[in-house]
Amino acid sequence: MAKEMIYGDAIALAIIEEMQRDPSVIFYGQNMAMTERDPMLKKFGKERVRIAPISETAEIGIGIGAAMTGLRPIVELWMSEFMLVAFDQVINEAPRFRYMSGGQVSVPVVLKAGYGFCAGWAGQHSNCIYHTMMGIPGLKVVVPSTPADAKGLMAAAIRDDNPVVYLHPYMLTLDKGEVPDGEYVVPLGVADVKRAGTDVTIVAIGWMVKKAMAAAERLAAENISAEVVDPRTLTPLDVTTIINSVKKTGRVVLVDQAPRHSSAAAVIAGEIAEQTSGFLRALRMVTALDTPIPYSEPLENYVVPNEDKIVEAVKSVVAHEAVAA
Amino acid sequence: MTRKTARKSSARRAPTGSEEMQWMYTQMVRIREFEEAVKSTFIEHPGVIRGHSHLGDGAEASIVGALSTRRETDLVMPSYRCHGYPIVLGTPLRKMMAEVFGRRDGLCRGFGGSMHLADPSRYFPGTSGIIGQGIAHATGAALTAQIKHRGQIVYCFFGDGASKQGAFFESLNMAAVWNLPIVYVLENNQYQAYTHFSLEDANAVAGDPLSKKAQAFSIPGATVDGTDPVAVKKVVGKAAERARAGKGPSLVETKFYRLSAHGNVITVPPLPTQFPEHEAVAVYGNRKEFELWKSRDPVKRFRARLLKDRALTESSAKRIEAAARAEVEDAVQFALASPLPTPEEALHYVYA
Repeated sequence: MAKEMIYGDAIALAIIEEMQRDPSVIFYGQNMAMTERDPMLKKFGKERVRIAPISETAEIGIGIGAAMTGLRPIVELWMSEFMLVAFDQVINEAPRFRYMSGGQVSVPVVLKAGYGFCAGWAGQHSNCIYHTMMGIPGLKVVVPSTPADAKGLMAAAIRDDNPVVYLHPYMLTLDKGEVPDGEYVVPLGVADVKRAGTDVTIVAIGWMVKKAMAAAERLAAENISAEVVDPRTLTPLDVTTIINSVKKTGRVVLVDQAPRHSSAAAVIAGEIAEQTSGFLRALRMVTALDTPIPYSEPLENYVVPNEDKIVEAVKSVVAHEAVAA
Repeated sequence: MTRKTARKSSARRAPTGSEEMQWMYTQMVRIREFEEAVKSTFIEHPGVIRGHSHLGDGAEASIVGALSTRRETDLVMPSYRCHGYPIVLGTPLRKMMAEVFGRRDGLCRGFGGSMHLADPSRYFPGTSGIIGQGIAHATGAALTAQIKHRGQIVYCFFGDGASKQGAFFESLNMAAVWNLPIVYVLENNQYQAYTHFSLEDANAVAGDPLSKKAQAFSIPGATVDGTDPVAVKKVVGKAAERARAGKGPSLVETKFYRLSAHGNVITVPPLPTQFPEHEAVAVYGNRKEFELWKSRDPVKRFRARLLKDRALTESSAKRIEAAARAEVEDAVQFALASPLPTPEEALHYVYA
């Protein structure tokens, strides 16, 4: 059975269910559980649900230390950019301890943050910084694109014995979707073919999956069959599913909300280039333009990928194939 | 004598009982001998130790005095200058030296080296090499202690330099707000890497002790002579009891003097890597200061005091010293004979 649920609630449900399942899971962050009326606080008590000061270094570092010694903390960081003031903890502390100790300790901490808030938040609150984290061995990076994935990937992130950065696109917070009832765990490292197709592969991440799905619908009306692949986790990256799709279609468009050279798309394009020799006919990347995110709406819309840009890119790679043939 | 018997005896006798004094002296000598052996390895076996090693000579009284108040399951979380603590916890010196030498039999199988010793089975989960960041991890361990293991406390050690990091201020604030069972031991060895603390610490500039920082978090703060293990034991013991009683964190500044340079010379291979002269001499040309503090060497001072107090005889002191030297020499030989890891092992332990 499944029920319709909004994306934000699906994340919260996974946290609640995991906290019920495992008493070592704790949850804290800024501006949460501020009063006795808070439902999480009521359910789990103030030992396991806590309010934190505006201290990202300590919040994340404490999560790491608690994880090293037997807890499974979920740190609510709200916006991915707030991790930047504590980036040492994210990329040079959490993922290092298992390795540096020769496998003696593990760091099962979840760093939860929204990203890419393209709703007029301007230069410092609208960014996609997952590229900086997906290349850090020891760290896992999760980017769910549907309410079902949001729930299943959060459950998997909490159960994982490694540090996991759980990044949810703010623009999907109110999106509705079917979410399976009861225990639902989506394994980390397994991509999802969100729509099957034969002419072209669209690899899209996070919010861009929604845009790619809409673009695929438009393309279908023009007899272009697009397959939409959602990696779901950037680390581990399910390269096999992506490569298999590209080998089938021979053409790929990568859609990423991040600027071109700090996009996950660029990394995935490299894997495709190396592994689909002889199959690949054309590749395009649709990314944010190389600017910071501007405030005013027409400026923001211009910079960020949208359906039109995806449709145009797909048509160009399809046309490229026709020319090559 | 094992740590266990020392604890039992301290429960039976007065805390200044000679058995515990001998235990303290033994641990201090073991730390000193280990650090001397690391230092001489740079000359006797060039190239065996890679990267950057940081020694704790001068810190022996602070380390041993603080850890003499520890109970069996209390966690110990120091910085990258980390050799001394596991020695007191009973980690085999063979495995420690093998780790410093990058060998397969090392404590961390050659993956961590001098800066990243870890022995979680002995309540020593690991250390960060980025100054001050480990303070947050220790604070997190105290959160685990508070939630899961009642009665357990955390000993967090860091240097004067680390007390200027954001991680210090953020962590102490959160520990105070959450009332965490932790003792912050600020080891003021007077040099932040190469810079004298009077040049970079606001309390020092004002002529105040560094423990004044505790006032910012409304927690107890105290400064103690870090060359005297008995004095350190007394002050840290009070902070530990407070943490154990659920009354929250304290800050203790143990003031002593690092007797070696910050670390070995940073050289590019194949140039030899050795320990330079102490910064007081090499950077500031202040040999007088260095000689003054050398004359206050905590190991030598404690030895003289124990002999004077008849807590130790000359012959038993020599026995302790000979045993420590033999233990360390055995560790060096073991580490030299231990195989290097095979290259492919590098792919292990990335993910759990």
